[in-house]
Amino acid sequence: MSAPLAKTPLDAIHRAAGARMVSFAGYDMPISYTSIVAEHQACRQRAALFDVSHMGRLRFDGEGSEELLDKLLTRKVSDMPLGAVRYSLICDHKGGVLDDVLVSHLETPSQQRYHLMVVNASNRMKLRTWVEQLLPEFPRVTLSDRTDITAMIAVQGPLAIEVAKRLFRFDPSRLRYYQAAITDQFSKPVLVSRTGYTGEDGFELVCRAEDATRIWENLMLVGREAGFTAAGLGARDTLRLEAGMPLYGHELTEEIDPLTAGLGFACTLDGREFIGEQVLTHRSSSPHEMVRVGLLPQTKRPAREGYLIYNAAGERVGHVTSGSQSPTFNHPIAMGYIRREDKERGNLQIEIRGTRVPTEIVQLPFYRRTNQSSGVK
Amino acid sequence: MSRDQSKLVYASTHEWADIQEVEGVRYATIGVSAFAIEQLNDLVYMDLPEVGREVNAGDELGEVESVKAVSPLYSPVTGEVVEVHSELPDELEQLNSDPYDFGWIAKIRLTSDSGIENLLSFDDYQRQCSESA
Repeated sequence: MSAPLAKTPLDAIHRAAGARMVSFAGYDMPISYTSIVAEHQACRQRAALFDVSHMGRLRFDGEGSEELLDKLLTRKVSDMPLGAVRYSLICDHKGGVLDDVLVSHLETPSQQRYHLMVVNASNRMKLRTWVEQLLPEFPRVTLSDRTDITAMIAVQGPLAIEVAKRLFRFDPSRLRYYQAAITDQFSKPVLVSRTGYTGEDGFELVCRAEDATRIWENLMLVGREAGFTAAGLGARDTLRLEAGMPLYGHELTEEIDPLTAGLGFACTLDGREFIGEQVLTHRSSSPHEMVRVGLLPQTKRPAREGYLIYNAAGERVGHVTSGSQSPTFNHPIAMGYIRREDKERGNLQIEIRGTRVPTEIVQLPFYRRTNQSSGVK
Repeated sequence: MSRDQSKLVYASTHEWADIQEVEGVRYATIGVSAFAIEQLNDLVYMDLPEVGREVNAGDELGEVESVKAVSPLYSPVTGEVVEVHSELPDELEQLNSDPYDFGWIAKIRLTSDSGIENLLSFDDYQRQCSESA
């Protein structure tokens, strides 16, 4: 594992901005430029730019792509209209989660239709192998990994769309949540989708690697007065935690099925056939043993991943999967798995560095933005 | 009072110590360097050592937590904790602006084998930081 770290096309921008860099899923990534809390608050109050080029981008072309994706994914792809984006899971045959992904149904300017799947950086190579095993059944499908030749930027926050829209020929405020369109920024092609991982309104864009620097600079320039701020992976993590969104490797693993993770909404089990479907159908008929919950430890000290959860009888009933200080609430928040019956009973404690601390169980998400507009104009 | 960081001594684990002698007894007031505080970023929690505890140089004295991580705080010296800065955990934001005065964490009465000869001068510590940055 001593391979040199990959750099995103925006690497020079991060270094010039004085970012602190960390290794993440094989990439050298900015964790923070100034302070995680300041970047977090910029995103909640104004808008923040994130380099998310490390996310994997896999493109499916050719006849049979929809059938292949229907077999691969827990949600149906073949009924997605052009311009739709869908959150889905990829399961193994035992119903364990291999990844959570976003799939978009798109059309090039020359009217070639294709699907783009955005996957977690840490799962990209595993998924390529997984998909390649299916390809012989679908001989006209080509899978191309676009990760290295493109960049991806997330612009998130209440001012993101309103301020940035003038940079694009196609106004992204015309997109509804989970819609995408191919447009351009001063004749540099970009895919804009109204999606994100922060709990805020905003968009994510994919562009050619060679255009990334200019596009980032234009976004910062147009957002300067509005207070656009570069934000790193640290703020991205606290933002998604407040928004109750699972992160692969933490809330999601191959040992967890989507129902336990509370992601039943992302599994369409209406007699469809997909990998893992039989196990999931069977499990959906009886309540699963563990449930994903939000936790509010009654202390100033954050609970962290791996900390254990106990009930009043002193039995170990679960564990924390993500935990941090919430910059919005200025209090520790966490997510974890606990036994279903102990969720009902409550009266739980988290062991934080040797001390058992009472914890409240709360409904996810911790944070919900006030203006949940669908963005329809 | 205003401590001059160039006159302090430092552990390679980023704690500073201000050694003073009062009536023949040597004390070290200790804290965390500005460099380390900047690296830790967004501190949210600190647990202080107990008064009366005897520590060896390099022992874990307590822990500091940032938004992202838990970091140990080591004692740079050997001796007995005689005083702790009990207001500090509630005002961690002040550590950023004032790591050497308001940011003191504990006062340790040194034993004869205090371990201070192993600490770094300001210049050597600066060199270590610039190499790791």
